[in-house]
Amino acid sequence: MSILQIKNLHVTVDTDQGTKEILKGVDLTIRSGETHAIMGPNGSGKSTLAYSIAGHPKYTVTEGEILLDGENVLEMSVDERARAGLFLAMQYPVEIPGVSVSNFLRTAKTAIDGEAPALRTWIKDVRKAMDDLRMDSSFTERNVNEGFSGGEKKRHEILQLELLKPKFAVLDETDSGLDVDALKVVSEGVNRAKDESGFGVLLITHYTRILRYIKPDFVHVFVAGKVAEEGGPELAERLEAEGYDSYVKA
Amino acid sequence: MTELTQTAQPGLAQHGLTEHSHGYGVPIQTRNERVRSTNVGDFAPITLRDEQWRYLAVERLNGLDADVLDEFSGDISLSAPDGVVASWVEAGHEAFGAAGTPEDRTSAAAWSSAQAAYLIDIPAADSHQEVRLTLKATDAEPSALHIIVRAAKFTEATVVLDHTGNGNLAENVEIIVGDEAKLTLVSIQQWDDKSAHTSAQFAKIGRNAKLKHIVASLGGKTVRITPSVDYTAPGGDAELLGVYFAESDQHLEHRPYVDHGVPNCKSRVTYKGALQGNKAHTVWVGDVLIRKAAEGTDTYELNRNLLLTDGARADSVPNLEIETGQIEGAGHASASGRFDDEQLFYLQARGIDELSARKLVVRGFLNEIVQQIGIEDIEDRLTAAIEAKLARSGA
Repeated sequence: MSILQIKNLHVTVDTDQGTKEILKGVDLTIRSGETHAIMGPNGSGKSTLAYSIAGHPKYTVTEGEILLDGENVLEMSVDERARAGLFLAMQYPVEIPGVSVSNFLRTAKTAIDGEAPALRTWIKDVRKAMDDLRMDSSFTERNVNEGFSGGEKKRHEILQLELLKPKFAVLDETDSGLDVDALKVVSEGVNRAKDESGFGVLLITHYTRILRYIKPDFVHVFVAGKVAEEGGPELAERLEAEGYDSYVKA
Repeated sequence: MTELTQTAQPGLAQHGLTEHSHGYGVPIQTRNERVRSTNVGDFAPITLRDEQWRYLAVERLNGLDADVLDEFSGDISLSAPDGVVASWVEAGHEAFGAAGTPEDRTSAAAWSSAQAAYLIDIPAADSHQEVRLTLKATDAEPSALHIIVRAAKFTEATVVLDHTGNGNLAENVEIIVGDEAKLTLVSIQQWDDKSAHTSAQFAKIGRNAKLKHIVASLGGKTVRITPSVDYTAPGGDAELLGVYFAESDQHLEHRPYVDHGVPNCKSRVTYKGALQGNKAHTVWVGDVLIRKAAEGTDTYELNRNLLLTDGARADSVPNLEIETGQIEGAGHASASGRFDDEQLFYLQARGIDELSARKLVVRGFLNEIVQQIGIEDIEDRLTAAIEAKLARSGA
C-alpha cells in the first residue's frame, strides 16, 4: 500500500508578464487502488498540478510538500520521481526523432526496474499490451510520437503505463482529442493496468465523459488553483448537469 | 524538434545559370565556373569574403593557408590483403591528377607541396577487400599529403583513411572507381584537439560503378572536407554520407559536390551532425550541378543537424543547379533541430536519466550513418567516441 500526499502546494510559473502563481495551496491524498478525478474549467491549474508532481522545470514550487510514502518528492529529479513510482501520461507527448518506440520502451523499462527485462517475456508483454490497445505491431518500429495521430499518442502513453507499472498514475487530459471508440480502448487500458498493478490514479479532465469508463472514487473540483469542492462520484454527475458556472462566478 | 525543410522540385532551376546574371565584381556563384588549378597563385588569399571560406576564419587553419607546406612527416601505415599495391608516384604518373584538380587554395598548396602521391592500387579479386590506411600526425608543422586510391574494374573493396594524432594537414585524396567496381571509402577525422585539417577528396566514377563515400569527423579543432564526385560514363552511382559531432570551439565543415555531367547517373548525399557546447560550429554546403548533357539524372541531398545545447551553430546550405529538365528527380532538404527541454522532460519522466536520454537521442540520430560503414570495430570506435563526447557535455 502506497500513499501520495500533496500538502498546501503553491506553484508559480514564469511568464512574459512576470511570475504568476498558478497553484494556491492544494491538498490531496491518494492511496493505492484509489481513483481521484480532478475536474475544473480551463486555466484552473489542473495541468500545472500534473506537471508539478512530475517535476517539469518550468514550474517552481514555492510552498508546500509532495510526499510519496513519506519521501520528499520535491527533492527528486524528474527521472528519480519516475523511478520512485510516479507516472505522468502527458496531454501533449513530444516527438523524439531517431528513437524507435521499441528502443524507448525497453530503455524506460530498464531505467524504472534498474535492470533490463528478460527479453522473451518482455517482447510478449509488449505485444499483448499493444494488442489490447488495438495497436499495430509495426508501431514499435516508428520513432517516438513522430507523425502519430492524437489517438496514437494517447494509446502510446497508456501502453507505457501498462508496461512500467508505477505506484501512481497521473493522467493529464488523456481523454482530450479522442473519439468514443478510442476513449473506450484507452480507458480499458487504464482499468486493466490498474487491476493488475493496483496503482492509484489521479485523473485530470475537463469533461465527465471519461468518467463513464474510468470510475472515480473521489471527485475534486479545481478552481483558481485550489480544490473548491470534494465529493464522491455523484459530484461528477452534478457537474455534468450544471457545468462549472457556479464555481467560476463565485 | 523544430524544423525548417526546403525541397526543390525536379526540373525547377533553383539556382540555374539561365535564371539570373552576375554583374562585375560579384563572386562566382555557379559551380562549374569555379577556378580549378594546381597553382596556388591562381587563388586569392583566404578571407571571409570568399564564398568558399565565408564560415571559416583563416586563423583556425593553423598555417594551412601558406603557399608552400612541408611534406607530411607523420606515420603512415597500411593494412591490406595480398594483391593490393602501394607506392609513391610523382606528377606525370597516369593516376596523378586523374580524378580531379584543386578548387581551393589549401588544396592547390597541398598539390604543389606534396611532390609524390601515395598510390593504393586495388586489383579485382574474388572477394571483398578491406584496406586500411592510418595516418598519424606527429608534429604541428603545416604539412601536405596526396593520396590516390584506385579501384580497378570489377573490384569490390572498402578503404578506410584514418586520420589521427596532433598535426596540421592539407590533403588531396583522389578516388578512381573503375567501371563496374564497387568501392566504399571511409575518411575518419579523429584528430587531437588542436589539429587543423583540410581535405579535398575527388572521386571519378566509371561506367556502372558505385562509390559509397563516408566521412566521419569527430576530432580536431578545424576540419574542412570537400568531397566531389564526377562521372565518366552512364550508370554511375554515388552515395555520399557524412557524420559529425562538434563540441565547444570545434569547427567541422563539409562541402560535398556532385557534378552530373553524363546521362543516367545517380547520387544521394546524406550528412547528419550533432553539436554541443559554446561556439561549436558546423558548416554543410551541398552543391549538386546537373549539366545539360546529364539527362536521366537522379539526385537527392539531405543535411540534418541536431543542436544539443545553446551556443552552438549549424550552417546548412543546399544548392541545386539544374540545366536540363529531362531528369528522373532532383531534390534537397536541410533541417536543423534542437534537442529541447520538452524532449528531455519526456524521457526523464520515464525514468531515463539525462545523460542516458541524450545518448538515446544522439545514438538514434547518428547511427543511421555510422552503421553504413560495415566494419564492426570501426563502428564501435566511432560510437564510443560519440558517447564520450556526450558524457563530457556535463549538461
